[in-house]
Amino acid sequence: MNAVVKPISTDSEWTFDKIREYDAQIARVAKEFRLDTYPNQIEVITSEQMMDAYASVGMPLNYNHWSFGKQFVQTQQQYQRGQMGLAYEIVINSDPCIAYLMEENTMMMQALVIAHACYGHNSFFKGNYLFRTWTDASAIVDYLLFAKNYITRCEERYGIDAVEETLDSCHALMNYGVNRYKRPSPVTPEEERRRQEEREEYTQRHLNQLWNTIPKREEKTIEVEEHFPAEPQENILYFIEKNAPLLEHWQRELIRIVRKLSQYFYPQKQTQVMNEGWATFWHYNILNKLHDEGYVTDGFMMEFLHSHTSVIYQPPFDSPYFSGINPYTLGFNMFSDLRRICENPTPEDREWFPQLVDKPWLDVVHEAMHNYKDESFILQFLSPKLIRDLKLFTILDDAEEPTLKVSAIHNDEGYHQVRQDLSASYNLGNREPNIQIYNADVRGNRSLTLRHYMHNDQPLGDYTNEVLRHLRRLWGFEVRLESVRPDDTVVSVASSDI
Amino acid sequence: MSYIIDRRLNSKKKSTVNRQRFLRRYRKHIKRAVDQAVNSRSITDLERGEQITIPGKDLSEPFFQHGQGGVSKRVFPGNKEFVTGDEFKRPEGGGGGGSGDGQASDSGEGEDAFTFQINQEEFLEYIFSDLELPNLVKKQLKDSSEFSLRRGGFTKAGSPEKLNIVRSLRSAHARRIALSGKERRRVRELRRELEPLEALEKPDEIQLARMEEIRAEIKKLQVRIHRMPFIDDFDLKFNNYVKVPNPSSKAVMFCVMDVSGSMTQDIKNIAKRFFLLLYLFLTRSYKEIEVVFVRHHTQAKEVDEQEFFYSRETGGTIVSSALKLTSEIIEQRYNPADWNIYVAQASDGDNWEGDSPVARELIEQSILPYVQYFAYVEITRGPIQNLWMEYAKIERENEGDFAMEQITDVADIYPVFRRLFEKRNEA
Repeated sequence: MNAVVKPISTDSEWTFDKIREYDAQIARVAKEFRLDTYPNQIEVITSEQMMDAYASVGMPLNYNHWSFGKQFVQTQQQYQRGQMGLAYEIVINSDPCIAYLMEENTMMMQALVIAHACYGHNSFFKGNYLFRTWTDASAIVDYLLFAKNYITRCEERYGIDAVEETLDSCHALMNYGVNRYKRPSPVTPEEERRRQEEREEYTQRHLNQLWNTIPKREEKTIEVEEHFPAEPQENILYFIEKNAPLLEHWQRELIRIVRKLSQYFYPQKQTQVMNEGWATFWHYNILNKLHDEGYVTDGFMMEFLHSHTSVIYQPPFDSPYFSGINPYTLGFNMFSDLRRICENPTPEDREWFPQLVDKPWLDVVHEAMHNYKDESFILQFLSPKLIRDLKLFTILDDAEEPTLKVSAIHNDEGYHQVRQDLSASYNLGNREPNIQIYNADVRGNRSLTLRHYMHNDQPLGDYTNEVLRHLRRLWGFEVRLESVRPDDTVVSVASSDI
Repeated sequence: MSYIIDRRLNSKKKSTVNRQRFLRRYRKHIKRAVDQAVNSRSITDLERGEQITIPGKDLSEPFFQHGQGGVSKRVFPGNKEFVTGDEFKRPEGGGGGGSGDGQASDSGEGEDAFTFQINQEEFLEYIFSDLELPNLVKKQLKDSSEFSLRRGGFTKAGSPEKLNIVRSLRSAHARRIALSGKERRRVRELRRELEPLEALEKPDEIQLARMEEIRAEIKKLQVRIHRMPFIDDFDLKFNNYVKVPNPSSKAVMFCVMDVSGSMTQDIKNIAKRFFLLLYLFLTRSYKEIEVVFVRHHTQAKEVDEQEFFYSRETGGTIVSSALKLTSEIIEQRYNPADWNIYVAQASDGDNWEGDSPVARELIEQSILPYVQYFAYVEITRGPIQNLWMEYAKIERENEGDFAMEQITDVADIYPVFRRLFEKRNEA
C-alpha cells in the first residue's frame, strides 16, 4: 500500500485541514513508538500573542505584575529590531496539553512543531517521574485562573502597591519556595481514622481533671538550645507562609500562590536537556518515518533537515555565538546515541554500557525518559563517543590560583571526569546556593537566622543584601545570614538591619 | 485526540496591564529620561514617542546566586588544542563565571541599560505630568452661558407631558393602602367572626341575625373602601429637569511676540518652541483651540503663523501696542463667558522707556480680568530692564493669574514652562 500514499502537502502554505491531517499521521506514528500523551489542544496564534505568552512565563494566563511587563517590553523591543526570533511554539504542561503554533510558520514547521511539542514534550510531561511527582497537569490552568482573580481582588482591596510589594518579595525568594524531597501523599481512610482517634484521646486527657492532679516528678531540665524550626527548613517561603508573625491572611495566600507556581516549574528546570532532547529526538524520528512512508516530500525533508540542524547546532566555546551548552544538541545526541548503542554497539559500548547493548532501543529510551533527570541522565548515559564528538573538556577555576586549568578532556583518562563534571553542572543544588532557615528566635527578638551551606567555597553574589531585605519585609523582624564553610565553621555574612 | 483551535482573533493586548505596571513602577526613571529628551530635541518633534533608557541595575530582580570566587568547574564543547593540565590566564571581565546555560534573557546579570519605546501619548503624559492649567476650575463653573438639561429627581408639580406614570401609580397605591387600613382590618375581623357561624349546620335565630348583621357591615365597609379615589392629585409625580451649566471647552491662545530689530532668529526660535509647548498642553485640556498671533514692534498687527515666526521687521519697540490690540480682539471676538483665554507673551525685554507703565496698566485693567492666565517669558542673557520691573509689580499683585520667567537658552524652555504651569496647592 506504500505505493499509493500521497504526500500530505506539496507547498509551504498551511491550512487547518492539512494541520489536521499531519496531526493524525504524526499521532499514528507516535503511537507506534509508544508515546503516551495527554490529549492535545493545538492553538494557532499571532506573533503578538506569542509575545504575550512569553511575558506570562509561557502560561495561557497569569496574574499581573510589573516584571511580566518588563519581560514583554524587552521581548517586543528585541523582536521589533530583529535581534531575536520568537520560538516556533510554546507548550504547556497541562491536561489537555496546550501548544501554541505561530501563524508565520510554514507547513513544514507546523508539522515539525506538532511532532516536537504535541507528541515529544507532551509525552515527556506525562511520563517523566519528576513531572508525575510534582505537578498536577489537570489543575494548573484552573489554579492560574484562581490566582489571577485572587490577586486582582487583593489589589482592589489593599491597593496595587501593597500587593506588588509582597509579590516582589516572594519573587525574590521564588527559588526557595519548593519542596525538594517529599510530597504529602493523600491521607488514606485508615490514616484518617487513626488521627481522629488520636485527637479524641488528646481531648479526653485534657478534659479529665484527674490527670492534672497526679503530682509531676521533679525533673532536672538540661539547658538545651531550642531551635525553631527543629530541623533546618529549605522551603523558605513555606516557612514564612506558616510562621511569619505579622502577615495578613491575604499575604500568606500570595506567598502560597508564588510557591505553587515555583513548584510547578521546578521539574522543568531540572529536565531541560532531557525534555528538549526527547522532543527533538522524536520530531526527527517521526518525520523521517513519515518520509519513509511517503507522506512527506523530499522538498519537505530538505527544509526540515535545515531547521533541525540549526536547532541542534552547538557553537564551539570560542565562537561569538557560544552561550553555554545547547540543551537541544546534548539531549538529542544522547537519545540518538542510546539508540545507536542498542542497535550497533561498538566494543567500547559493550564495555561501558553492558546493560544496554542488544536491548530493544525503544524500551531503553522510554525507561531513560521516565526515570531520570538531567543530572542523573548524563551521569548514567553520556558515552565516550559523544564526549569525543562534542569535544568536551573541563575548565577548573580556583579563585586561589592565578590561572585556569584544563582538568579533563575527551580522552581515556578524562571520560569519567568530564561526564561527572557535566552532570554536576546540571545539579540544581550546585547551581543555586544552598540556603536554609536555621533558627527563628521565637523567645527573644524574633530575628530569623538563615544558613548558607557553602559549595566549593563559592561566596554569595551581589544581590544577597537586597534579597535579605525582601525576606525581612515578609518576616517582619531582623533576618541574619550565616555561611557554613565545608569545615563547619560558621561566619556571619549579612543582616537585613545593618 | 487533538483539538485544533484558531486563536488568532483573540485579544492581543493581554500584556497591556503588565506594561502599565512596569511604566508605573519606573515612573521616576521615565520622567527623567523624558525631561532630558525634551531639552535635547526640537519642540516641533513632540508628536512622536521616545526611547527610554533605564540603567539595568535599577531594574534587576534580586535572587540568591553564587558570586565570583571559590572553586568552580565548567564543561565546554569544541576543544581544539587543549590537553589535560594546560593552564592559562583568566580571560578579562570574568567571562568564565556564571552558569552559562539557561535562558539568557531572564537573568538580570550582565545586562546593560534597558531600552524601550514609549508612544507619543505616553510621552506627552510624562511631559505634562504634575502640570495644570491655572484657574481652569474657576472658569468651568462661573460665567457659563450654555446650559443643558439633566434629569434631577421628581417634583409634585409640572406639565402633563412630564408625568411619571410609574411613580404616580406607585404613590397612589401606597396612599390607598394607607388610608383604607382601618376599614380592611375591620372587614377581616368580621369575616373571622362570620366563618364559624357559616360553618354551623343549623344556626339558631340569634346566630342568623348576627350573620345578617355582619354581612351588612362588610358590605358597607367595602363600599367605603371602593369610594377611595384610585388616583388623586396628591399622587402625581413629575420628572424634574435641572439646568446644568456647560463648562466651556473652547480656548483661545494669544501668542504675543516682539519682532523688533533686537529680536534675532534664535530668540524667535526659542519663543516658537515655548508657544508650541503651550499649545500642546492646551490641546490636552480643551477640545477646541484657536490661536491668535499678535506681533509688534512700534505697531501691533494680527498675522498668520508663517508671518509671525519668519517675517523680518525692524524698528523700535512699544509693547503696549500689542497689548492694546489683544484686548481689542478679546472684546470683539472672544467673549470671556464662552472662551478660556490664555495669553503668552515673549520678548527680549526691550521696550521704549515710557511705555512700560502703560503696558502694565493695560494688562491690569483690560486684559487680566478676562483671561485665565497670562504668561510672560523674557528671552535674554542681558540684565533685566524696565519692562521686567513693571511686570514684576503685576505679578506681585495678581499672583496666580500672571506669571513671568526668564529664558536664557534652549535648554531652559522646558524647565521654565514647568515652573509657569506647576501644580499649585490652593491654600
